[in-house]
Amino acid sequence: MYSYDEYDQKLLDQRVAQFRDQVRRRIAGELTEEQFRPLRLRNGLYLQLHAYMLRVSVPYGTLSSRQLRGLGHVARHYDRGFGHFTTRTNMQFHWMKLEHVPDALADLAKVQLHGIQTSGNSLRNVTADHLAGVAPDEIEDPRIWCEIIRQWGALHPEFSYLPRKFKICIIAAPHDRAALRIHDLALRLHRNEAGETGFEVMVGGGLGRTPFLAKTIREFLPKRHLLSYLEAVLRVYNQLGRRDNLWKARIKILVHELGVQKFTELVEAEWQDVKDGPVEVSEAEVARIAAQFSPPNYEDAPTFTREFDELRLNDLGFARWLRTNVGGHKQPGYAIVTVSLKPPGGTPGDITAEQMDAVADLADRYSFSEIRVTHAQNLVLPHVRRADLPVVWRALAALGLATPNIGLASDIICCPGLDYCSLANARSIPIARRLTERFDDLSRLHDLGELKIKISGCINACGHHHVGHIGILGVDKNGEEYYQVTLGGSEDLNGALGTILGPAIHADRIVEAVETLIEIYVALRRDGERFLDTYRRVGLAPFKERIYAPA
Amino acid sequence: MAKVVKNPAAQIVTANRLRDGAVVYLVADGSWSTNVSEGAVARDAVTAERLMAAGNQAAADQVVVGPYLIAVAVKDDRVEPLGTRERIRALGPSVSERPAA
Repeated sequence: MYSYDEYDQKLLDQRVAQFRDQVRRRIAGELTEEQFRPLRLRNGLYLQLHAYMLRVSVPYGTLSSRQLRGLGHVARHYDRGFGHFTTRTNMQFHWMKLEHVPDALADLAKVQLHGIQTSGNSLRNVTADHLAGVAPDEIEDPRIWCEIIRQWGALHPEFSYLPRKFKICIIAAPHDRAALRIHDLALRLHRNEAGETGFEVMVGGGLGRTPFLAKTIREFLPKRHLLSYLEAVLRVYNQLGRRDNLWKARIKILVHELGVQKFTELVEAEWQDVKDGPVEVSEAEVARIAAQFSPPNYEDAPTFTREFDELRLNDLGFARWLRTNVGGHKQPGYAIVTVSLKPPGGTPGDITAEQMDAVADLADRYSFSEIRVTHAQNLVLPHVRRADLPVVWRALAALGLATPNIGLASDIICCPGLDYCSLANARSIPIARRLTERFDDLSRLHDLGELKIKISGCINACGHHHVGHIGILGVDKNGEEYYQVTLGGSEDLNGALGTILGPAIHADRIVEAVETLIEIYVALRRDGERFLDTYRRVGLAPFKERIYAPA
Repeated sequence: MAKVVKNPAAQIVTANRLRDGAVVYLVADGSWSTNVSEGAVARDAVTAERLMAAGNQAAADQVVVGPYLIAVAVKDDRVEPLGTRERIRALGPSVSERPAA
């Protein structure tokens, strides 16, 4: 795992001191809200419906056990005992008091965490495949390049006032687990015909009011040129991106308005000026960063033990959990465990301080002190010996963190919605909770198979509804909550945006409507078809007819 | 669920308190309360304007952030905000806060 050097730490400590003074002056009345707002947003601090909200960056979704305990500490001492993991793999604290924020940030800085560049028109946290470094199908660890971008882009003066926020994601496997193409800049490490690894560069993805999937502007970029090419993309965006209209300011609109070809030409022309310049990363620097991501000291672990085999045969709960929450690992004898933050009736992505501490303890004992955060709002213990799976399962089950539902209908992505967020038009958490209660029957849940339901409380689409197999978008109609349903969205490399089913459905009917959609799927599905497969085969019509049939 | 009312019959001033961000309502004596039923009710435009001026002054004095008027219904001694958003601000999230463990 990457560990801060003295420069990182000094920069962070200075920022905490600076913000402490800014908060002091704000409370003393020396700064107006207008003056203070841009300063607090530079530190990830929002003012939401009920309180201040602090968003803490989790770079490429990787946390040490110490950092997870640090988040638990903030939840316990400065918030109401819990935190919320977001689709950007960050953590949000929803009940912060302004006067406590400097102390909270100082405590977070001790474990190398902060809220810098989690808000505002800046380069945001670079996300990655949450199975980076452990997935059997990856060609190399994408986090090395996430970290190189992080160091280059932290407080980058030229890119601190972009037209709008800028989100980057990197994967290095043929299978996309990170919703790659919904990002402003999407990088896929792959091998060319000569066997060299480089990046496919895709630009202009993003959901929100005008959703697009990122489009390829370069099939193969040698790795050493990553930063110069990124600089070229950002310079074109910084110059030509719209600043006159908030809804048209993201790079996706620029790419769309110019066309991919014209945009690519501008980037390539800009690149000729910066290519091979001082920004390029040296091999020695790449090696220095890569060393920090070298694998832990795995042991020769047995693939199976008698206890494991017996439990799998005799305990359906364990068998189910193995099927959905445990995956294969690069290293023989090891497994990847997903910790479900989606209990029946729970708020997706929420976790208590006690649970954070307990997961950190489990990571220390069974996963080389490492934890990952997924964009689907779950956690991962990335290096668990297969022989330890029974004990880890029992421990997680006792914490309410072993619901066997990863990738299934109750593994819902959900934004905070109108219960917390000042941008929301409708609530999303109660819909998610009611739906997960419906899917409490594990036999039925597993029978339904892969089904991705994603819920957003407004058009900004933090809940990724456009790429849900079933997407649910909260809208306000004359002060009442309605929900627009989309079908057929998908977030993988062959992804698609969902198609609107029809008129928005009233809050009282939306959970029933989703149940009906699932019933239709069950009636129409052929052997082995997932919801998405059936939808793609039969189209919107059978779903639409039933949902909008006259009563 | 209540509908948003145009030209509401009764309004109060709300804001977030500077120090902690808590939802607060302007009281008749010029103080701020977290209890919506203590909010000073304006039943005409002139009163609403006067209350709003007091709210703006409190923002200028750095006591609260972002004051604005909301429509309410008054039943006996209770003041109930109209609209889902303001009801959630007044009563807190509609879901229990701590995750079910």
